[in-house]
Amino acid sequence: MSAEALKIRMETRDLDFYYGSKKALDKVNIACYENRVTAIIGPSGCGKSTFIRTLNRMNDVIAGARVEGTILLDGRDIRLPDVDVVDLRRRVGMVFQKPNPFPKSIFDNIAYGLRINGMRDKKRLEAVVEGSLRGAALWDEVKDRLDENAFSLSGGQQQRLCIARALAVEPEVILFDEPCSAIDPIATAKIEDLIETLKKRYTVVIVTHNMQQAARVSDFTAFMMLGELVEFGVTEKIFTNPVNKLTEDYITGRFG
Amino acid sequence: MTKKTTGRLKESAIRAFFFACGVLAVIALLGIFATLISTSFPAFKDIKLSEFLLSKNWDPTSPEMEEYGILSMIMSSFIVTLGALLIAVPIGVGVAAYLSDVAHWRVREIVKPVVEILAGIPSVVVGFLGIVLFAPLISKIFNIGHGLTALNGSILLAIMSLPTIISISEDSLTAVPPAYGEASLALGASRWQTLFRVKLPAALSGIIAACMLGMGRAIGETMTVLMATGNARTFPQLPQALLRSVRTMTANIAIELGEVPYYTAHYYALFAIGLVLFVITFVVNLVADVVLHKYQEREL
Repeated sequence: MSAEALKIRMETRDLDFYYGSKKALDKVNIACYENRVTAIIGPSGCGKSTFIRTLNRMNDVIAGARVEGTILLDGRDIRLPDVDVVDLRRRVGMVFQKPNPFPKSIFDNIAYGLRINGMRDKKRLEAVVEGSLRGAALWDEVKDRLDENAFSLSGGQQQRLCIARALAVEPEVILFDEPCSAIDPIATAKIEDLIETLKKRYTVVIVTHNMQQAARVSDFTAFMMLGELVEFGVTEKIFTNPVNKLTEDYITGRFG
Repeated sequence: MTKKTTGRLKESAIRAFFFACGVLAVIALLGIFATLISTSFPAFKDIKLSEFLLSKNWDPTSPEMEEYGILSMIMSSFIVTLGALLIAVPIGVGVAAYLSDVAHWRVREIVKPVVEILAGIPSVVVGFLGIVLFAPLISKIFNIGHGLTALNGSILLAIMSLPTIISISEDSLTAVPPAYGEASLALGASRWQTLFRVKLPAALSGIIAACMLGMGRAIGETMTVLMATGNARTFPQLPQALLRSVRTMTANIAIELGEVPYYTAHYYALFAIGLVLFVITFVVNLVADVVLHKYQEREL
């Protein structure tokens, strides 16, 4: 697999991030390739969640946060003043650490993203809801209970519901922020399988504190520490033959 | 006596004291209820209950025929309260949404205590405000003889119930898990859409409870409406009623109780009005409590 033949979908150049005066990211350069899974790993507090949340500007809402550097989506800086953040977030979807369905029915959860964009046609809504639930491998489990409250689902099902909800607005990039940290191993395996399928259609970025998970699902891996990117490359190489001593120590479990 | 047994005695004494405090509150409530029932019951020896509740005419001192119908007062209380809610609910929920969602935390730190202090303004002062400020304004705007009208009362009661509505609505909006808002924003919703479609619905039961509590406050308020609504004993006809003088149940009790001869039908009838009022506020508060409870349960 050669990186050169692939298309870069999202890319950060010399990305700095500050919470007030505290620097959380320092000159981070990471490329996310189309139809590939990019994993961000590193010890707690290394800035991996901060990094992924800059990609859809979810950090905008934090008071005192500041970004410097360039974040490109299809070669265009997403921080330019004429970029509509609402449109950006539709194109770059996100799945959070803890499943966070709305206190609404399963159907309304998925339809939410479409309805806020003005879609009223019931037939089309139904079609998209079904398609999204199938896409998240949840359709067979919930097709008879779409009117039930989303909280009646198990944690793993709720997380797949959140994935389906993100798929419904037809994003181009999907960001996963430690999507399996709050669910059990079997549900985790299902989500990993799902990510494998999703990369055929989307660009996937996943933050994980679980190194085995990164090794299983990703094509590229970025290892971060203390807000800096230590090493970035093809997953297989990072895990078998890392260049940096720090990476090797982390991978082999000497710290972290 | 050993140290251990004194400690245990102290412990049980403290427990008994707090138990007594709790029981006292219940006894006070039951006592008020019992007094109201026993003092209003004799009224119905002379007055038919159906006449009392359904007749529009209240004229207990008439030399020819005494009349004891409180429907006009019930309607007046209802109209003044409804008017107050129509003003206070949109403003209150709006302010609560602003404080919880838009305002800088420093603004919130200042505004919320100020709003809560507003609840402590004596009702006489608010009534005074109605007489010197809003009444002349209403008479000028609507070109009527005087401004001591139901609308005047509604405006003042709105001001008085705003603190309750704002404070509790803001609490319930702040209690909406931030994850809901994040999920909505991440799907490409604007802040407005997030507020109206996710946060407000999620906080709805708390907001409804807040409005009910505000309503309970408004319907039982006496001094302000007594000073501000003109106290005319007429049946309020909608829709002009807001611009007419009205006399609410509370105002009527306050006006007449000082002059009524004791132990007459009139005297007992005034207590019966109090009982009606008590039942109404009790039901309103009960509903608010049930709604609020349901909402807290769901959050857990």
